[in-house]
Formats: sequence, structure tokens, C-alpha cells
Amino acid sequence: MRLEANKLRFRYDRRSPWVLDGVDFSVSAGERTAIVAPSGFGKSTLALLLAGYLSPTGGQVLLDGAPLPKKGLCPVQLIYQHPERAINPRWRLRQVLEESGSLDSAVLASFGIEAQWLDRFPRELSGGELQRFCVARALMSGAPFLICDEISTMLDVITQAQIWNRILAEAEKRGMGLVAVTHNMALAKRVCTRVFDLEKREYLAL
Amino acid sequence: MNEKKPLLEISDLSVSFLMYDGSLERSSLQVISNLSLTVHPGEILAVAGSSGSGKSLLASAILGILPGNASVEGAMRYGGEPLTPERQKVLRGGEIALVPQSVAYLDPLMKVGRQADGHKKPRPTAERRALFRRFGLPEETEGLYPFQLSGGMARRVLVSTALLSNARLVIADEPTPGMSLDQAKEALRMFRDLADEGRSVILITHDIDLAFDFADRVAVFYAGTTVETAPAADFRRGPEALRHPYSRALWSALPQNGFTPIDGFQPYAGSLPAGCLFAPRCPLRTAACEAGTPPMRDIRGGEVRCIHAT
Repeated sequence: MRLEANKLRFRYDRRSPWVLDGVDFSVSAGERTAIVAPSGFGKSTLALLLAGYLSPTGGQVLLDGAPLPKKGLCPVQLIYQHPERAINPRWRLRQVLEESGSLDSAVLASFGIEAQWLDRFPRELSGGELQRFCVARALMSGAPFLICDEISTMLDVITQAQIWNRILAEAEKRGMGLVAVTHNMALAKRVCTRVFDLEKREYLAL
Repeated sequence: MNEKKPLLEISDLSVSFLMYDGSLERSSLQVISNLSLTVHPGEILAVAGSSGSGKSLLASAILGILPGNASVEGAMRYGGEPLTPERQKVLRGGEIALVPQSVAYLDPLMKVGRQADGHKKPRPTAERRALFRRFGLPEETEGLYPFQLSGGMARRVLVSTALLSNARLVIADEPTPGMSLDQAKEALRMFRDLADEGRSVILITHDIDLAFDFADRVAVFYAGTTVETAPAADFRRGPEALRHPYSRALWSALPQNGFTPIDGFQPYAGSLPAGCLFAPRCPLRTAACEAGTPPMRDIRGGEVRCIHAT
């Protein structure tokens, strides 16, 4: 499978400057690509477009040559930097996870999720714990592509390593395609197989 | 630097929240316990540690902006005088400046240039423009509203507001996420310049590898207390130079150092283990660790809360 962006353009309205102006990008199943660029170059916008949260102003996002489905579970799942903004604050975490499938205690344990957390509300858990739920929710959906937009910048480095090791194991097992937006080159080298520089529009070797 | 009088001294600080558990039962949840910390003029103290270990609450406690159901015990002294709620009210925003953790602290209805200028008269516009330039923010940024900025740009605006104040103590709560490496380094260099002018900076951060390079000392937090305070040079040297097993675990989990996490997670306030808070995850655990909270000990020019540290 292959997720690609063709001549992708985006701006907020007709008087605004282009956030992205003709970006070509692609990632295949089994490939893990880091997107790097200084802040303000549209990395997060590209992530939102690839996952279908935003519609491009020009160009297209294609999954195996077809546009992303408009209904049902999106085969391109996005995990954000702020887990507290990605979870319904009025749902217990059990409900949050059930959205993407039935719960299996062995799977939950592998994500480092404690059974007793399931009956809590999001505000009762720390950012690192919530981010485990966001990762579990995205991976349990079975989506073949995962976009991680700075998912570990707000976490301590131990939690960061725990979460990423889990994602890498799952991506490896299922041959998933992965896109990681990050500023941390050391992290990119650990988790990705190649790097796309959005500023220079070129792939770099690691 | 250490012979100078500390600007801020915190000893045995505890913060608890009063909560109602569904019924009319009231209970108290202690989120910071036995925390001690000093900051000297001219130094950057980095505060590292677990997410949810009380780092941001410490900042709120110093500024006196904890929510109403919080109660604070222990002693805080600023400039040699007790830091009372009245003094906090006078000092915050002036002598003590905060770089808040969330970019949501920017006023959504105000252009960021005016916002960074603040209430000062005359407006420090020229100085602010120079700062924006140094941060690589394009000239038109000042006329934009916060929603038009990327995360890293908003972060740089927030840092600018604190740098423009003439604070003697800057508390920067996660100032660098979303910034590129060069921008983050530039921000830390500016904090370094502030410290070199004789001011003090408390730098709360998860970008600990950068903190090791720019800070003078590093305080490591775990589950609401300090487990180790050490010269930043020890963290640059590596795990052998560190004293607490949690500090060593942090070092080894960095992507450039092995990316190997320890198992488990930080205990919750309200269900803390007896004795050492790190014991359940600790490779050095013995029965003696559960006997009581380990006292802070001075070892090799740092402080550590571990009975096994040498």
C-alpha cells in the first residue's frame, strides 16, 4: 500500500499566504518516514491533510491511487501532540478505546495501560498516560498508516521511549507505514528509516 | 556562585488539593511532598523529570497562582524574605516572570506584537522587534493573531514576552516544544544571557539533553519530590556521574543514549508506595527502601534521596 500527496497546496482563505505550495510526498507500507522542517513550514498541516482532517486547496491525497474514504474508520490514523485535546473529556477511557474495537487485556497490558485506568475520566490521568490511550486507540483500529505529530514532545524521555518502542514493535509486525513529525533528529534516527525535509522538499538518508 | 545568597529558597514544600469524592466526604490529595530547592542569582536551574511529577505545580506555587482548593505547607523565601501571598501578588508579572507551558495562554483576540509588548509604557516595540528577528520570526508576525501561528512560532512569542520583562527570576515552563533544534538552542542561549547578567532562570523541560548543555544545575523530579539535584556537568558526563537510579534511567532513555526505557510508571498521588517513591521500579530495591522516605543526602557535590547512592 502507498499513501501519497500529489502537488498538495493548502491555505486558510484566498487572501492568506500558502501554508503548503505544491508538496509531493509519499510513504509505503513498511516504510517509516520522519518529516522535519523549522516551525511554520506546514508540517502539522501536512499531517492533518494526509489523515483527511483538512481538505487540500489544490492537489490530492491518495491511498493506493484512490482518495481517502469519507465515511467509516480512516485507514490513516493521526496521533497529536496534545492527547488531552484528542479525547472526549466527558467519556471514561473505556469508551474512548471501545471506539476502535473490543478491548483485550493482553493488548492493553502491552501498551502499558492499567485495567483500573479504564474507569477514569481523561482529566484524572497524566499526559503520558493519556497518550498511551491515543496510541492504543490508533493501533487497535488496524489502520495500515499511522501519522505521529510530535507525539512525545510533552512527555518525559522514559515515557517517550516506552511509547515509541511499542509503536515500532506493532508497525514492524503489521508492516505499517509510519510518518513521524519531529524536531528531534536523534529520535528520528531511532524510529524512522528515512527523513523528508519539508523545507528543501527532499528525502535525506539517515 | 554558590557563596552568593540564594534568590529563591524552598524547603519542605508540600502542596495538597482538597477534593470531594462524589459524596460529601472531603479528602486531601498530596501532589508535592518534602520538596526542597534553591536558586542562586546568575544560574539556570533545570527541572527535569517525569510527566505529572509536579513540575508545573511548583511554578504555580512560587507565583501563588494555585487553584483555590490547594493548600501549601513549608517555607518559601525570595531575596531572603518569606514569600507571602501578598508579596507573590506584587512580584509576579514583574520581578518574577512566567513563560507558561501552553500556547493557549496567548490572548486569542490580540495581535501577538502588541501582546508581547505588554503593559509597559513606553512600549518596548524596538526591543521586541529585535527579539523577534533574533528568533527568526518574520516581520509580519507581529500583526498576526495567535491562531495564525504554528506551535513553534507561538512558543517563541511566549518566550519573548518573558525576555522583555525585567524579571530577576524567570520561570520557563516547557519553553521549547515545537521549536526546531536551532530555535530551541537560541531560546536557551537567551536564557543563558539573562543568567549571565545576574538574573535567575528556572527551566522546566523535557528536552533534558539541551538543558544539560545550558543549565548550571539540574533538579530531577519524581512523583512530587526532588530525587536528585546535581551539577549539569554530571549529566553531560553520563550515568556513572549521577547519583539516583531514576536520573540514570532518564539518561539511558534518551534517543541518543540507548532509547531503553525502564518498565512501569510513576505512582499516583493518593496511592504512593511507603518509603522511597521510586522503589517499585528500582533495580537497587531492598527491604530497607520501604522502611521510610529516604532523607536528602549530600553526595559528590550533589544532593540525592536514595539510601544506596554513593
